[in-house]
Amino acid sequence: MSLLVALLTLALATFVVAVVIGPLRAGSRARAKHPTEVERHGAAADAGAEDQRAAIARDELARDELDAAREAKYREIRDCELDFLTGKLSPEDYRAIDAQLRAEAIEILDRFERLTTDS
Amino acid sequence: MAPFGYACLLLALVVCGYGIGASLYGVRRARPEFAASGRRAMYALAVVLTAAMVVLEIAFISNSFAFNTVADTSSRTTPLLYRVAAVWSSQEGSLLLWAWLMSLWSSLALFLTRRRMRDIAGYATAILLGFGAFFVSLMVFYANPFATTSPAPTEGVGLDPLLRFPTMMIHPPMLYSGYTLSIIPLAFGMGALLARRLDADWIRGIRRFAFAAWLFLGAGILLGARWSYAELGWGGYWGWDAVENASLMPWLTATAFLHSLMIQEKRGMLKVWNISLVLATGTLAIMGTFLVRSGILNSIHAFGGQTLGVPFVTLIGLLIGTSIYLVVTRRATLRSEHRLDSLLSRESIFLANNLVLVGLCFVIFWGTYFPLISEALTGQEASVGPPWFDRYTVPLALVLVLLSGIGPVIAWRRATLANARRNFVVPCSLALATFAGLELAGAAGKPFASAMFCCAAFVLGSVGQEFVRGTRARSAMAGEPAPRALVSLVRRNRRRYGGYIVHVGIAVLFVGVAASSSFQHATELGLSPGQSARVGAYTVRYVRPTATVTPRYDTAHTGSTLNLGAQLDVSKGGRHVATLNPSEGYYASGEAAQGTVGSLIGGQPVSHIAMDAGITRDVWTAVQPDIEAPALARIVKVGDRTLPPEDGILAVGYIAKSYLRNPPQAQFHFIVSPLVMWIWIGGLIAVGGGLTAIWPAPSTLRRRAAALARTRAVRGLARA
Repeated sequence: MSLLVALLTLALATFVVAVVIGPLRAGSRARAKHPTEVERHGAAADAGAEDQRAAIARDELARDELDAAREAKYREIRDCELDFLTGKLSPEDYRAIDAQLRAEAIEILDRFERLTTDS
Repeated sequence: MAPFGYACLLLALVVCGYGIGASLYGVRRARPEFAASGRRAMYALAVVLTAAMVVLEIAFISNSFAFNTVADTSSRTTPLLYRVAAVWSSQEGSLLLWAWLMSLWSSLALFLTRRRMRDIAGYATAILLGFGAFFVSLMVFYANPFATTSPAPTEGVGLDPLLRFPTMMIHPPMLYSGYTLSIIPLAFGMGALLARRLDADWIRGIRRFAFAAWLFLGAGILLGARWSYAELGWGGYWGWDAVENASLMPWLTATAFLHSLMIQEKRGMLKVWNISLVLATGTLAIMGTFLVRSGILNSIHAFGGQTLGVPFVTLIGLLIGTSIYLVVTRRATLRSEHRLDSLLSRESIFLANNLVLVGLCFVIFWGTYFPLISEALTGQEASVGPPWFDRYTVPLALVLVLLSGIGPVIAWRRATLANARRNFVVPCSLALATFAGLELAGAAGKPFASAMFCCAAFVLGSVGQEFVRGTRARSAMAGEPAPRALVSLVRRNRRRYGGYIVHVGIAVLFVGVAASSSFQHATELGLSPGQSARVGAYTVRYVRPTATVTPRYDTAHTGSTLNLGAQLDVSKGGRHVATLNPSEGYYASGEAAQGTVGSLIGGQPVSHIAMDAGITRDVWTAVQPDIEAPALARIVKVGDRTLPPEDGILAVGYIAKSYLRNPPQAQFHFIVSPLVMWIWIGGLIAVGGGLTAIWPAPSTLRRRAAALARTRAVRGLARA
């Protein structure tokens, strides 16, 4: 293998390693700056820290899910209104469906607010 | 540079292995830094495979015939543009293209979802990198694009003449983009099943990529059809070839998924159905990729040489087995949250549409794979031709177009019968008017074609009605003039109105298909110069023969050494319609055993068709000159016997002169096809509609709409 090829391969490999371990190094730096419970209080604290991480992750997922559900519900409300305006729904059906959708939207907003308050 | 290219493949394999491990560890142990590292492994894979692609492209552009793929598929006389595309005309290069596109699209998907679906994304990353590892392994162990020969040949074989066509340059990248985009929803779908979370967030995350897969697959299929029509000498655009079918099947299931996904989004229903469609689409995409490398096809699409059937069958088996296992074991999380409110609802129409699309896919699957499997097992050639496919797909296509017209005029959740009746007046009237027009024109004698025209009119009526009513409503609400109201309406409801435009495009496309299939005049003509023949309402006159010779050393050489053809004058009712110049190109075979002259023109002949395309009809012709005619054959025989290799081109010139002086009767394939242009126009409309639907709304508009909807939701509930 020529020197040029070897140098190019090495450069590319170095770049790849730098890109890939970036988040791991950032994680280490963050832990060094703010030592975890493990480093202060040992293994028992590690289990607590892991539970805490898992709880935070669950909350984030729940927030993302509610955010997506909220977006979808708003779209449904707009679609329903457009269906009515374009003559596909009778006024009675529109009122009934619209009220139902808005109630579902309020429920999602309430759950969102509870989650934000609890966390 | 070949060693560097191979080193890139090895590095890519290592990156895939690391990324799979990091992603799985990150998601299982809730360690976001490892999940992020795994995601970055995909970015790194994209960079590494880009480097490999650049190396191979440079090799093709600079005519490095030391590279086996360059020597096998390119030459100094291949035009630069085709040399660039020749990279993916070989098994090895196409595998690299597949892996490269997969890494790019996956990187984009993972980047756009980096802050969402953290519990799913890790699994998805691992699965996508798994696909990357599979394709890179194929290149490392079976089909190395950077394999070299020493000493390097001084000239290459050249690109297959059939592939020297503009749409063939873009057709594989579009199709492979469709295939690779199809596995992104599959990966996220499997991730969602593993994480036991198939909810609104998952839908929001993958919808756009499923749509993009649908768009690219559709565009790739259309480009392939256009190439078939404009380049191959049979005059058709769809032959139910196994490879054509293999690309159509994932497109059909993706279409079904895009519709039923809306039902899951709104009603929390059809979760099992949707996840099955996602997994099926991705698996069918892999099967389509497998078909051309399996060694069981003898087709222009097939890559000859080494077969990769066993690894692909293993992968497909793994995909199917894993999919079934995950769906069965996670069925508790896939229960529907609601039931259908009413049979008279858009949900019901979508369900019916899904059944038709999956039915179409099943028919095509059966017709494509059963004969291949039967032949592989029994050794006896089995075939299922276009008549079999037409018998089952035509009625289903009719129902599909009809449903695409019904859906837009039916409301979500439930529609009242009175409203539905009122909404069907315009579309039904248009359909009836079309039928009456066909009867008057005497064209109603073809029942399927007539039915398709009426269904298409129905679609145009229902969609047109939607645009008019929507514009009126927007105009009344916002006080905007109609043109501005129309633009605002589409901007604020891109998914809905983009989808309507797609429906129009598909209806128009099917009108072109129905007309060109049912009302086509095709005939074989044997003509000598000065002779005429009638084809339907047209008169075709053979004006004069044409011949050109282009030696390989000529910089204008585009491939064929000799071109023999004819000039035809086409008229209708005494009025000149078109002048057509079809020809047949004779290429060098590179086989010295064929003789001095024979080797210059003994390669696969390629028909260069001539066409006059128009809005109402295409006039299409191909010619088969009689190169075996005694006078011409004698020149070849004498030249082979007496001339040294460097003077063979002189004999080819003499063949051309003899052909011009005393042309033998030529065979012409002549076709008049109505409305073919509308197939391409319909396709463009559908692509435009797809882009409209998929285009993201400006973020400010999204935030404003969300805030407005939130306020109105609260106010509305207070009123209630």
